[in-house]
Amino acid sequence: MDDIVLSMKGISKSFPGVQALKSVDFDLKKGEVHALVGENGAGKSTLMKILSGLYRADEGEIWLKGKKVTTRGIKAMIDAGVSVIYQELNLIRQLSVAENIFIGREPMLPGGLIDWRKMYSDVRTLLKPFNIDINPRTKVYMLSPAYQQVVEIAKALSLKSDILVMDEPTAPLTGNEVDKLFEIIHNLKGNGVSIIYISHRLEEIPKVADRVTVLRDGEKILTKPLAELTNAEIIKHMVGRTLTEQYPKISIPIGEEVMRVEGLSKKGYCSNVSFSVRKGEIVGFTGLVGAGRTEIMQTIYGRMKKDAGRIYIDGKEVHIHGVRDAVRKGIGLIPEERKHQGLVLGLSVQDNATMTILDKESVFGFLKQKKLNALVGKMIEIMNIKTPSARQLVRYLSGGNQQKVILAKWFLRNCKVYIFDEPTRGIDVGAKVEIYKLMQNLAKEGAGVIMVSSELPEVLNMSDRIEVVFGGRIVKEFRRDEADSETVMEYALGLREKTGQQTPLVAGAES
Amino acid sequence: MKVTFVETLKNYGIILAFFIILVVLSISSPVFLTVNNIINVIRQTSIYGIMAVGMTFVILTGGIDLSVGSVLGVSGAICAGMLKAGNPIWLVVLATLGVGIACGFASGIFITRARITPFVVTLGMMSIARGLTLIYTKGYPISGFSPAFRQIGGGYILGMPIPIIIFLVIVIIAYIVLTQTKLGRYTYAIGGNEETVRLSGIDSNFYKTLVYIISGATAGFSALILTSRLNSAEPVAGTGYELDVIAAVVIGGASLNGGRGSVWGTFIGSLLIGVINNGMNLLGISPYFQQVVKGLIIIGAVWLDQLRAKED
Repeated sequence: MDDIVLSMKGISKSFPGVQALKSVDFDLKKGEVHALVGENGAGKSTLMKILSGLYRADEGEIWLKGKKVTTRGIKAMIDAGVSVIYQELNLIRQLSVAENIFIGREPMLPGGLIDWRKMYSDVRTLLKPFNIDINPRTKVYMLSPAYQQVVEIAKALSLKSDILVMDEPTAPLTGNEVDKLFEIIHNLKGNGVSIIYISHRLEEIPKVADRVTVLRDGEKILTKPLAELTNAEIIKHMVGRTLTEQYPKISIPIGEEVMRVEGLSKKGYCSNVSFSVRKGEIVGFTGLVGAGRTEIMQTIYGRMKKDAGRIYIDGKEVHIHGVRDAVRKGIGLIPEERKHQGLVLGLSVQDNATMTILDKESVFGFLKQKKLNALVGKMIEIMNIKTPSARQLVRYLSGGNQQKVILAKWFLRNCKVYIFDEPTRGIDVGAKVEIYKLMQNLAKEGAGVIMVSSELPEVLNMSDRIEVVFGGRIVKEFRRDEADSETVMEYALGLREKTGQQTPLVAGAES
Repeated sequence: MKVTFVETLKNYGIILAFFIILVVLSISSPVFLTVNNIINVIRQTSIYGIMAVGMTFVILTGGIDLSVGSVLGVSGAICAGMLKAGNPIWLVVLATLGVGIACGFASGIFITRARITPFVVTLGMMSIARGLTLIYTKGYPISGFSPAFRQIGGGYILGMPIPIIIFLVIVIIAYIVLTQTKLGRYTYAIGGNEETVRLSGIDSNFYKTLVYIISGATAGFSALILTSRLNSAEPVAGTGYELDVIAAVVIGGASLNGGRGSVWGTFIGSLLIGVINNGMNLLGISPYFQQVVKGLIIIGAVWLDQLRAKED
């Protein structure tokens, strides 16, 4: 048929150490809503960034309305009618609705002044079909997330876009607002706009989508009309990978409890979280991005002030009022944001690795250089950190080796509990296996390990116990032998939630 | 070939510029290359060179201290007042340093606890310290001190002017602190990525406050030397010094974004500024025009830093 408005053929893209997309085909028909689903890291965002012109594909072609796209770049794609509405809305909060919609192309009066009257009336015309009362002069920060989204959509339409990409559009919205959004999507379809709809919330898909494409590990698994799919099938395709990666799980005798968390709450982030970690145990925390896993860990670590809850280490309650307390009590955090939170890129391997032990290894502030040199040398050897010397700046190491430097920093400190947040993200397969082994060595030496991860296979294969987080709460705990990927995913997606009440997600929860 | 030239310029541009200026000045002024003049240059350099060492700590953490000139002013005024009141020199010295330390401590507290940017806090401190100086001196110089006190700025040990000795000792101490101590490592680390430092369980606020205290203390040292050398505490002493001080640090290769720089760089940067000041005087260039030149030098130095930063 002739109604294909967009077709992406054989798109491949790799980043250092990761093949993000492998020859993916994707097409979009006029007036259709095409849902794009997949786990975190499946390649959805990368594919859309290629479509929007932000990334350049290594291989593959993009055809728009029967014409091959030759000029790339964000501007060219917008001109060609493609607009992306990102998860974090791209509006300037201090400017008005009208200014945001017409930014960069304000209607002008002769003499270089802005034609405000025309701008406001144009905005009113644009917003009319949405049936929503928004004053064009209102500052964007005063609008609810739902209204902000409408402004984004209106902006896209004013750009004469007929292909809209919506990345997790319902994440910040409440129930009513979601219905409203679906209504808008329905109307847009009727006007011949085609929409690519990305969402983690599988229950929404049947309400809006005409077709569904599942991505997994950078590959397209299938594209089918919605009518031919059930939710269960979608989930199966999302997670059902063959385990080609290695998970060197060894059996470690589990000892007594080393840390217990009771009723931990932080308004807008997590509520009533309780769990424990024992010596020699790896406890996996999984859930979707934004479910609150990282926030739970940051609260335990004293980075965010908790509203309620108790934390026990070795059976004794500890009072953590800041990161320093947590570190003193024997907790180490290997953060998700390696470069921003784990390393000082402009410092050497040695300076980074010894950062946590300078207190111990100095006399009146003077460093015991020889001892530090020896310790770092040992770490480089044990952890197999590939670096020309301990003086090399960590900036120049690969992701896997950078991660090892962060591990070294905490190993040297001999923590009781190690919290790994997405320990293997962006790390190539070989280094992953090494990280898993190091993690188990810690457990073997009697530490408790918490592993926060979005990668289900990693969680399923490396954990002794699995906590599933949804909406800031632990919704389910699995023993290692009880967990299978489909069930875990259903809990992570919130499909097995008994209570209809959801704790607000992180975004916009305070407003 | 061209790349290597640009690289060299970026990395060793300062030293190169230094030598070019030395050569040009030696040719164009017969006085420049005399022992007397050289000692004179270094002695003048020591006054803001010492403060530049303190400023190096601050800039390494990614901060800035605009108040050093005014802190020098208020420390000097109190120094003079206490001398006039007949206090023993050792007490005066401690008090002068104490005033500088107190100013730095106040800046550090506002920066770390109230989370106001260093630029604003030290701009405020610049005005506060100058105001206090004027209040204390009522706008008049306080002059005429004992010969013993005047030794600090004018005396010699083994033929070496005392200000130069103080300067060199401070440079060496700072070098040891930056390379061999916890404080030094954390200073670089905070400038490189404060978030990481905090998440490693280190009290970054403590160390950040400390660098402003160090900066204040060096302003106190400079106040002692200047007051002693002039035999007078002027109410406007130190005005505008922050420009030379920051210029010396930046010319020495420190990045205003923090995390990169060294005391040796600052030492060379201070000498360069000293030589330029001295040379322009010898060549009879008007002081008005000298200001323009110094402004251009600062912009040029930061530009060089941007070029270096691009590679990272």
